[in-house]
Amino acid sequence: MSVRKLPHRPEAPADKPPVTPDAAATAEDQGQTVATLPARGLAPRLAHAFAAPRAQRAALIPYLTGGHPDLQTSDRLIATLIDAGADIVELGIPFSDPIADGPVVQQSTHAALSAGITPDDVLGLAAAHSAAAPFVLLTYLNSVLAFGAERFFTRAATAGVEALVIPDLPLDEAAGRTVSLAREAGGLAALAAGAGVSLVPMATPTSTDERLELVAAAATSFVYCVAVTGVTGARAEVGAELPALLARLRQRTDAPLAVGFGISTAEQAAGVAGLADGVIIGSALIDAVTRAASPDDACAAARSLVSAASEAIAGG
Amino acid sequence: MTIQTRFGPYGGRFVPETLIPALDELTAAYEEVREDAAFQAELAYLLADYAGRPTPLFHAERLSARCGATILLKREDLCHTGAHKINNVLGQALLAKRMGKRRVIAETGAGQHGVATATACALLDLECVVYMGAEDVRRQELNVVRMRLLGATVVPVESGSRTLKDAMNEALRDWVTNVRETFYVIGSVAGPAPYPAMVRDFQAVIGAETIAQVRERFGHLPDEIVACVGGGSNAMGIFHAFRDLASVRLTGVEAAGEGLDGRHGAPLAKGSPGVLHGSYSYLLQDAWGQVAEAHSISAGLDYPGVGPEHSWLKDSGRAAYAAATDDEALAAFRTLAELEGIIPALESAHAVAYVLRGPSSAEPTAPSPSQTGRFTIPGEAEFDPAATRFARGDLVIVNLSGRGDKDVYEAGARLGALS
Repeated sequence: MSVRKLPHRPEAPADKPPVTPDAAATAEDQGQTVATLPARGLAPRLAHAFAAPRAQRAALIPYLTGGHPDLQTSDRLIATLIDAGADIVELGIPFSDPIADGPVVQQSTHAALSAGITPDDVLGLAAAHSAAAPFVLLTYLNSVLAFGAERFFTRAATAGVEALVIPDLPLDEAAGRTVSLAREAGGLAALAAGAGVSLVPMATPTSTDERLELVAAAATSFVYCVAVTGVTGARAEVGAELPALLARLRQRTDAPLAVGFGISTAEQAAGVAGLADGVIIGSALIDAVTRAASPDDACAAARSLVSAASEAIAGG
Repeated sequence: MTIQTRFGPYGGRFVPETLIPALDELTAAYEEVREDAAFQAELAYLLADYAGRPTPLFHAERLSARCGATILLKREDLCHTGAHKINNVLGQALLAKRMGKRRVIAETGAGQHGVATATACALLDLECVVYMGAEDVRRQELNVVRMRLLGATVVPVESGSRTLKDAMNEALRDWVTNVRETFYVIGSVAGPAPYPAMVRDFQAVIGAETIAQVRERFGHLPDEIVACVGGGSNAMGIFHAFRDLASVRLTGVEAAGEGLDGRHGAPLAKGSPGVLHGSYSYLLQDAWGQVAEAHSISAGLDYPGVGPEHSWLKDSGRAAYAAATDDEALAAFRTLAELEGIIPALESAHAVAYVLRGPSSAEPTAPSPSQTGRFTIPGEAEFDPAATRFARGDLVIVNLSGRGDKDVYEAGARLGALS
């Protein structure tokens, strides 16, 4: 492997205990006065989660569509993920038109919407479990806008969510480099930071060096590295393009690099863990949940998959 | 000159990061060809000798008598492939060729944009894949056959409402996956920048011709321009040349479907701003921001969003937007056939329905169940001055964006014209 992980970052010592949601709320208050994006400290629990396993292994980040297949099962599944070794939990807010997602995630969001799941429900799931693990939410932009961006960011922070992935909000729109939807606030990223939530920049194999400079400058918690040129979903092979992308990012930032899109097997997770600071597993997990005959089966399948990935990462 | 990416607060590039370099590349390539005489000459040649431009501006005398105004029809239905869509597609396909992209994808609703894209790809020897909602594959079968005959692969999209919105979702997913070798030919003034401005510019030939034709024939500007609005490309195409001529009223006609209180496709009338398919614009959505399913008898207007420049024209007051119901469009479809010997596309029939409508400000409402399927053709009696929305002597231009061959089965069944 040509890419090596960086050593611990000094501001996120491994022996520091995880902060509580209350502490996150304090960070939110402090953030209100921050005019520009804070380079560090916006997502302390995420920083700890990336740092704590870092000496030995990458952080494991399972992704589920919030409220899928139903609210109660989703709640059980999240507890199961954390118990089975998830270092960070990423939840998706179901949206009607998920253009960055492949068929498995599409079907899960459709099912969740058919079951009446709302952003409020998903924020509630995060709030119920965020004492046990750091949380990241994935949401499409229109869900944020309809909620009211400032209100959404504040609610997310209150729920203990430290970072948001918004796949249809590229960097320049988030930063308000073009006319922004939140121009007076200095852009959506600044608005989110003011509420105490980090917007996670995404880097892709098609990103130019110029774009990666922007990614590095915008990284207030971690960088979401898209492993493949495409939408979410399992791939037979992951990451022919990944090592080069990670190397280009390492030259520009010491922020943690988490890799998602296409990672479905424990072997793939272990391979990516050798290169990156975090491994995101989504579609494979959602597929297992979708195929399960009962909530018990869904939880068993999720536990099995997350445990296997966790062990593979630790051994790899 | 840089390409317009915002229209007031609307527009932008709200797409996955993977696509940003492709949009940058497209923007640079388009900026280059705008100033390139050879490119413009080739496009002008194809528009003239292949697409059949300029299209006539026809004085529809019997329709004029019925409406109480001088009604001119801009005959985009006479373009090769049967609609204005070819204007934009020839421009984008030439651009794809110049950029070295061998694979072209497109979304289509009524199939007119898909047919135009398949046509241009055959002409320019490009691979063509068209995404089309499964419901639209069913109701616009003629165009599916045409696309396949032209060598295109038609992919029915089964997700969501199985219409134009879902076809565009799937086309965007294809583009995210195959972006390096693929050119996405967007068919309307929608999508991320630079598409809304680029598609408008390629369609602006409609208005440029119209203004020259009306000046030559009448020696003065028209009073009003009327065009149907789904995504809004034919409307922007004819509006653009008149945008800075304040005396000319610009009227877009959305699909009121079963009525604006029921299922419809009128985001400018009934929607609110949001982000769909890469731009910030008016949108049919629920309180949580979930995009609502549109409804129109016309597949080309069956879309919950609208191009961002229309949102700005609405907010700024430069254009006004009305809406015509399915039933009004069907009645206009038949009226134009009977009065002028022209069978319009159901999309374009919405614009015709507007000029046929009486002066009352009464907006269309949902018909009672007993009324569904029954039609009163407006103005069957002699012209009554009290029954027109126009001042006597008004000069009104209707953009007849497409022809109705594709709609004869659907409309014929609804009108009871199938024996």
